[in-house]
Amino acid sequence: MRDTYLKKLYDLAKRNTEVVSLVSDNGLIVYDDFRRDFPGRYFNFGISEENMVAAAAGMASCGKIPFAYTISAFIVYRAYEFLRDDICFQNQNVKLIGIGSGLTYSTLGPSHHTTEDIGILRSLPNLTVFSPATRTEVEWMMEKACEIEGPVYIRLSNNSKEYYNAPPSFSLGAPAVVKEGRNITVFVTGSIITEVMDAAAELECAGISIEVVSVHTLKPVDKKEIIRLLDKTKKFATVEEHNVIGGLYSVIAEALADEKVMFPSVKIGLNDVFATDYGTLQNVRYANGIRSDQIALKIREFLDGSI
Amino acid sequence: MDDRDEIRELKKKIFLTAYRAGSAHLASAFSVIDLLYVLYCKGILQYDAKEPWKKSRDRMILSKGHASLALYVILNRIGLINDEKLNGFCQPGSHLGGEPRMSAAPGIEASTGSLGHGMSFAVGIAMACKMNNYDNKIYVILGDGECQEGTIWEAAMAAYKFKLDNLVVIIDDNRLQAMDTVEEIMGITSWREKWGAFGFDVDEINGHDLDEIERTLLKENRRDVPRLIISHTIKGHGVSFMEGVPIWHYRMPDEKELEILQSELGISDEELIL
Repeated sequence: MRDTYLKKLYDLAKRNTEVVSLVSDNGLIVYDDFRRDFPGRYFNFGISEENMVAAAAGMASCGKIPFAYTISAFIVYRAYEFLRDDICFQNQNVKLIGIGSGLTYSTLGPSHHTTEDIGILRSLPNLTVFSPATRTEVEWMMEKACEIEGPVYIRLSNNSKEYYNAPPSFSLGAPAVVKEGRNITVFVTGSIITEVMDAAAELECAGISIEVVSVHTLKPVDKKEIIRLLDKTKKFATVEEHNVIGGLYSVIAEALADEKVMFPSVKIGLNDVFATDYGTLQNVRYANGIRSDQIALKIREFLDGSI
Repeated sequence: MDDRDEIRELKKKIFLTAYRAGSAHLASAFSVIDLLYVLYCKGILQYDAKEPWKKSRDRMILSKGHASLALYVILNRIGLINDEKLNGFCQPGSHLGGEPRMSAAPGIEASTGSLGHGMSFAVGIAMACKMNNYDNKIYVILGDGECQEGTIWEAAMAAYKFKLDNLVVIIDDNRLQAMDTVEEIMGITSWREKWGAFGFDVDEINGHDLDEIERTLLKENRRDVPRLIISHTIKGHGVSFMEGVPIWHYRMPDEKELEILQSELGISDEELIL
């Protein structure tokens, strides 16, 4: 996912001389090509996310298109007021790239997790919030981010599995169907799609057919499209590597409430807690109830009417 | 009118605009107005009122945004804010608030208000201008109290690291913040040593001596080195009872004080009613 981002960034920088890269003491090797070929457009701000974010806004006020890149926990939480006042309030054309989102840093714990970022960023005016599930989505988002003249956040993590056979015609705010199914619609955002796809395969064996829908854009949201998708199964689950407050579940629930429709649903994510345990990403997902088998079980119980 | 008369007129305007609105950070505006006057009205800051968005213009970021009225009256004087707009300050339907908003008028180069933002923003502008090979200057005015914000020092490191010799940072060193003296609150006295240690070329001036301000602003940056000017000022300068008294950080005069202020700034009763 990150490699796709970097390749795309390189392409964009080649096409548009205003594209600049800002990092905060990370990306030592991965930016090598960019640094070699665009040395005057790569800046390491050191360990100072707030300064990087506000400086990015200053650059954008002069017509530059900065891609400010660092661990998402730090760009979102540490630099939040700078994101708000300097980028969003002034509607500056800055692209905020958060890496290692969700529980990616599974051995480091909650200081490095981003499990509330969608919630706090979605409420910032002018900001587009992207959360790609696969490389294909990253490619589309990078193009889209450049088209949008305003602030964009891209929530990257480490999924390397691809589920789209060919790039579909993505549309800003409209969730994309990744896998068709009949019994229930599962909305998912970001790299936890891997767990959902595994859960779908498991449930398929038990004769339960899951439609998997990637909500790649968390703001803006095409509410009509969400309802149109739900017309098929009339029930849904949301799965997110994020607090169930303010994240994907909230996005879908708000859309339905706005349109005055209701469907039975189950929300799967962090239940208003900081993630517990350490180990591999799989371990930490398991410890927090969002591994594929646990997702499959919750969906099954929901369909059985037991929750 | 000589320069002192001009500045007195600007101070009158600051007060009358605040008086109509009912509040403002008067003392903060009075401490920095001499400096802004020299910067804008003595041909130092390069701008074209007919083309205020010209990309290679000089820029001034008022990081201590609460002194907004000083900026507004200066922009009014150079023709970027008209009287009607200025008179609407802080009133319903106005774009001009107690803290500057970028979209409100040309010449407001950043929305400030939360302290510790303007310098980083200015660093970004200075970097972009260098990328574009512009031969312009970026000025940023900080409060001395504002330097308690950590980002000031993040930005200071970056300004030196990125060799921003197009950046001039000015501290309006009036030695007061909202509650007390800066020294009492955070024990800070040695700006020269602190900024010098961060690699800045440091000058100190009397921020109410117009010739000294002008001379110092005209000095060129050393190659690859950002500049810092410590502008020693008096908060509330020009109004006797405000000068150096912390409570005037955010307060309007009562009836008795108003009389004194009127006589010191030359404001008639008729002007108050208008």
